[in-house]
Amino acid sequence: MKISGAQIVIETLIEQGVEMVFGYPGGAVIDIFDALDRSRDRLNYTVSCHEQGAAHAADGYARSTGKTGVVMATSGPGATNLVTGIATAYLDSTPLVAITGNVAQSLMGKDSFQEVDIRGITMPITKHNYLVQDINKLADIIREAFAIANSGRPGPVLIDIPKDIQVGECEFIPGKPNGSKYKTRVKEEELERAMKLINEAERPIIYAGGGIVSSDATEELLQFADLIDAPIGSSMMGLSAVPHDHPKRLGMTGMHGKLAASKAMSMSDLVVAIGTRFSDRATGNKKEFTKGRKFLHIDIDPAEIGKNIPAYVSLVGDVKQVLTMLNDKLEKTMRVEWHNEIEEVKEHPDSRLEMDDSRLNPQMVIEAVREFTGDDEVVATDVGQHQMWVSQYYKFSKPRTLLTSGGLGTMGFGMGAAIGAAIGSKKRTVLFTGDGSFHMNMNELATAVSNQLPIVIIIMNNNALGMVRQWQTLFFDKRYAGTTLNRRTDFVKFAEALGATGYRVEDKDNLNDTLEKAFQTEGPVIVEALIFNDEKVLPMIPPGRSIKDVIIKG
Amino acid sequence: MTNNLSILSLLVRNEPAVLTRISSLIARRGFNIDSLAVGETHDRSISRMTITFRGDEYVKDQIVKQISKLHDVIKAELMDVTEMVARELLLVKVEAKNGQRGEIVQAAQVFGANIIELSQESLTLEMSGEVSKVTEFIEFLKPYGIAELCRTGTTALGKGQYILN
Ligand SMILES: Cc1ncc(C[n+]2csc(CCOP(=O)(O)OP(=O)(O)O)c2C)c(N)n1
Repeated sequence: MKISGAQIVIETLIEQGVEMVFGYPGGAVIDIFDALDRSRDRLNYTVSCHEQGAAHAADGYARSTGKTGVVMATSGPGATNLVTGIATAYLDSTPLVAITGNVAQSLMGKDSFQEVDIRGITMPITKHNYLVQDINKLADIIREAFAIANSGRPGPVLIDIPKDIQVGECEFIPGKPNGSKYKTRVKEEELERAMKLINEAERPIIYAGGGIVSSDATEELLQFADLIDAPIGSSMMGLSAVPHDHPKRLGMTGMHGKLAASKAMSMSDLVVAIGTRFSDRATGNKKEFTKGRKFLHIDIDPAEIGKNIPAYVSLVGDVKQVLTMLNDKLEKTMRVEWHNEIEEVKEHPDSRLEMDDSRLNPQMVIEAVREFTGDDEVVATDVGQHQMWVSQYYKFSKPRTLLTSGGLGTMGFGMGAAIGAAIGSKKRTVLFTGDGSFHMNMNELATAVSNQLPIVIIIMNNNALGMVRQWQTLFFDKRYAGTTLNRRTDFVKFAEALGATGYRVEDKDNLNDTLEKAFQTEGPVIVEALIFNDEKVLPMIPPGRSIKDVIIKG
Repeated sequence: MTNNLSILSLLVRNEPAVLTRISSLIARRGFNIDSLAVGETHDRSISRMTITFRGDEYVKDQIVKQISKLHDVIKAELMDVTEMVARELLLVKVEAKNGQRGEIVQAAQVFGANIIELSQESLTLEMSGEVSKVTEFIEFLKPYGIAELCRTGTTALGKGQYILN
């Protein structure tokens, strides 16, 4: 049967198991939206306020469910509005398929109305991208795009579909999702070398990254940690992979990591790094970071081996599969001395970072919120101090419950991501944001209202771009260039104006009551928590420095 | 740091924009390339590229790994320089004055170059050879006055059974 290009898009998305498309209409995707709407019983869609919000929503949907997110936008400005969202997904390895319409091929290359070369623009921020030039290839391109987004190290793929392809017709032959073809090929002798390294180590530490989350390898990781008797530090992306109450868990390492976690890294003689790429925010000064220890690096992406940190031994493969292979061979070891050293560091008074509780503080807010949330409820964050506080104080229990822009550090990610997660998880979702970040994409509250999504938005309002202010306090003699903005936004009224509910809390004594009300509210609700504007994120290892220079007091 | 010239051979899908994908990756990762030569293979759906670049072991490792990640790249391999033949094609137009032509023709014979076009004012030569040989020939011709020249960049194939596929 002959069907239109627009219908082929919809049929192939359904065939790939897609249930939700995030997007925004326009002239160059009007045909696809038309086909989408007519198939709404089989494939639903959500329209955002801005394409960036839709891209973050598709990303949040993917991060929280593990399925591929799909976002759709029109040509020109619609397509360029996706760029930050695609880059965010790329840097955090989220499987995403972005579909853009473009002008007809006869108008391409002529600076036609709303024409941009989105393939060229997104080349450095996608795993692969396509400009469809032949309708007969459309279905297979979409299938291949899903396969690429999902295989190996996940990531975004963009498909640009000119108008004439959408309205053209061709024969459609139904297909199936071609499941992951990825196979881990680790050689026996490589495993042996890795085991030897582990067995020879006296003070091994595991450094777990986002790869554990995307490969669903928590169980294997915990078994591995138990077998080799090593503590587990995490990157921010790997935080939700280890339950907060697990005895081997140290928490986040790096610039704003837990002191005990960063110290333990510096005391180790072997780092087993799993599913991580050693971002500069995590390593600090690389010379100090690597001095006196060896690295066993396990990752699915061969290009990560040796890119930032030289590996003594490396195992390339799906971390779940590699860990299973290792676990099958390893015998249980006990490292009593090392264990005691770690406990000592953990018990040290400096390691217990508590905030000044004479006033309402972020730690209090985060811990109080946790009293209202279930273990599998998703928490999204924006970018800044509040993001670090959530990483430090929120008690994560399950993988995929922390959605945060780690690699790109995109302010404005949170609201869209929370929408995607609320839709994907079909559960209440919490967003922790700052007044700066929220201002970036707060329009998307309207999307949450239209769809009556149960999102609790906690705005930590310090009346400043806090993270930058902290750097200015510490490194720029308190010159607060561009970070004290004197906004007059009334977030409670804003919530009400958009059809949501709003609360404000200034006093720690009212915190619980306010949260109680907020968590009973139907639909989206804002809780604005007024916090001190010089509250700091501590500890802090200054950029490019090491644990030796850690700042622990404000 | 060893900054010897390395030769990277690629088999790539002959798709639109494949050259852009590779060159933009090289640029954004900060690799320095000396030359890039590309053309179809006997299978029209596949092109072969030869890239020469300078860099230490880290650069060599990363350039191969990063390029291999591109979907359109079928194979990327650093050539073993002792097991390959490499050639570059040169076209050069020399402003040969009367009385100098004889010298140039003689030199062309020594360098294995051919005269492919002759006019009153100039002489166009072609030559293929290893990069160093081509450079040498150009140096020789400079005093006679080079009007313009074109170099293709290195292309290379492995010897004997050393086949990229
Ligand atoms: C899109 C974007 N622009 C600028 C920055 C730089 N930046 C990083 S943190 C930060 C301040 C964030 O302020 P806010 O959202 O209020 O959070 P806080 O640090 O106060 O908790 C800024 C401006 C960024 N990360 N992203």
